Amino acid sequence: MLNYILRRIFWIPILLLLVSLIVFFLGVYGPGDPVEVQLGNNYDEQSANRIREKMGLNDPFFIQWVHYISNAVTGDFGESYVFKNRSVSELLLPKLIVSAKLNIISFLIALIIGIPMGFYAAINYGSPKDPLVVIFALIFYAMPVFFTAPFLILIFALQLDLVPVSGWGGIFDKRIILPALTVGVGGAAVFVRLIRSSMIEVLDTDYIKLARAKGVSENMVLWKHAFRNALLPVVTIMGFSLAGLFGGSLIVEILFGIPGIGRISLDSVYSRDYPVIMAIVLIGSSALVIANLIIDFIYTLIDPRIDME
Amino acid sequence: MINNNLNSISSTSSTKLFFSNFSRKKLGVICAILVATIYLVGIFAPFLAPYDYSDTNLLKTQAGPDFENILGTDRLGRDILSRVIWGIQTTVIVTITGLLTGSLILGLFLGLLAGYYRGIFDFIVMRTGELVSSFPDILLIILLASTLRPRITNIFYSIEDNLNISGLVSSGIIDYLVIGIALLPLSWFGTMRLIRAQVFSIRNIDYVQSARTSGASTFRIVTRHVLPNVLAPLLVTATFGLGAVALSEVILSFFGLGVQPPRPSLGAMLADVSGRGGSSVSVLKSHPEQLLSPIIIIWIMIFCWNIIGDALIDILNPRKN
Repeated sequence: MLNYILRRIFWIPILLLLVSLIVFFLGVYGPGDPVEVQLGNNYDEQSANRIREKMGLNDPFFIQWVHYISNAVTGDFGESYVFKNRSVSELLLPKLIVSAKLNIISFLIALIIGIPMGFYAAINYGSPKDPLVVIFALIFYAMPVFFTAPFLILIFALQLDLVPVSGWGGIFDKRIILPALTVGVGGAAVFVRLIRSSMIEVLDTDYIKLARAKGVSENMVLWKHAFRNALLPVVTIMGFSLAGLFGGSLIVEILFGIPGIGRISLDSVYSRDYPVIMAIVLIGSSALVIANLIIDFIYTLIDPRIDME
Repeated sequence: MINNNLNSISSTSSTKLFFSNFSRKKLGVICAILVATIYLVGIFAPFLAPYDYSDTNLLKTQAGPDFENILGTDRLGRDILSRVIWGIQTTVIVTITGLLTGSLILGLFLGLLAGYYRGIFDFIVMRTGELVSSFPDILLIILLASTLRPRITNIFYSIEDNLNISGLVSSGIIDYLVIGIALLPLSWFGTMRLIRAQVFSIRNIDYVQSARTSGASTFRIVTRHVLPNVLAPLLVTATFGLGAVALSEVILSFFGLGVQPPRPSLGAMLADVSGRGGSSVSVLKSHPEQLLSPIIIIWIMIFCWNIIGDALIDILNPRKN
């Protein structure tokens, strides 16, 4: 057990180093010259070379990478090429918070809609109600964000004029409603399918049959015996949602004009602002890898049947 | 000889069984027909589209449906029906090439190798997969597409110059290549892991062991004994994969990083109407119906590939029968 944990923890920094190496490679050998961007119309060979020397861009690739990594570990991701004199961390922190707020609300919406519907479908397994719920969920699952977002904007913003079309004002602003619904509805469909299949599986086990046979009331069986066990797979999804908390929903943020991490990552890809891109990828990957590890541990804690090996 | 006969009997009857089982899944059949229709439309786009995708008519922009333009025209007076049909062709090309290169060739090949040989090869393939899947996925695709495009464009221009040919760049092949390569790193790992697990469970079963002791070559064991056993799960992942690849292309083109104008793509059509910046909702407000046709096609494709995948799982999983 301890061996396994140590191995996993030991692997994480190697993984992240490799991630950073790949992104750094794309940044250095990708198109676009940061010095050209910085100088703009005042570009001339001499000053360009001076800046390159100062930024360390003339160093060999490997030296540049080591330099970048040793700074990144302390939280210093360098300066943005586009937003002059602003450090990447200073630039990204507020965006991370915006994305996290949006994702928390969307996640709650997904839970509130998804879990009861999945539960309902499972206890009606075998009756026509179950496939109806499943198809309903699948329709929303397959519904691209490109559709949900303009559709909601069209109805609630342009026709009914209940909320503004786009913008951001925090959790308690009504502009969060449409984007959160857009993300939440898709997530709810995932929960429906997940809870349904895990509930059906649990209801088929021997201990549920035993509970029923010894006369435990149906409500007790469903809620106390089955539901709690059926929640196990939700932990996995929850972990990934947590990892995605700072990831930002690229498309939704673009369509609703939300100044989150998705918006700035696309902007920095367009403007080839590599320090920003690298930082976003590194933060995203770290969150994903660490969340993965935590999920595995929580899983073994709540479900002792799983063996770590 | 006898062995061969037995084989052919069992395979025909299992194919029949497969189709008779599938025909019982009503929704699955409807979806299969819908998807097949969409793919046929895409393949025969040059014959079906009433106009060329880039034909503009500036005297008739943002027009509603009439006899000339059944679905109306867009902001440049291009026929929307034609653009949807050509856009479907883009999706068809991207999904099929994406599936063949990523999931089928790379995933299957690496899965068989890692599962059969294990050891260091398995270790390298698995760690590479973990590395790739620890990237934020959409961001990696977008980053790759935007970094690769100028390089690939340059390569093609120099090919055109050196070989004295033209039309290579304007044929749109760069777009497909960029999308294909950008999707490749993420597409193979799922299939590979699945195939690998299957091979693990099969390679020590008695009949494989006896084939090996009777001197069958590795190639023969893999193609005759291992491969047929992994076809079912492969079919299922391929089905789900097709929907995912279609959506990825739409996302890339929506952000202007996939198919470039004037070539049509369903994603680019969506971006035209709903606006990439979140601020330009004027077209959405005045002509929301232009969103409808590309969206419905995308929706049907993703929905149907999922339904077909679910149906296949039910049919191919012997425990459930």
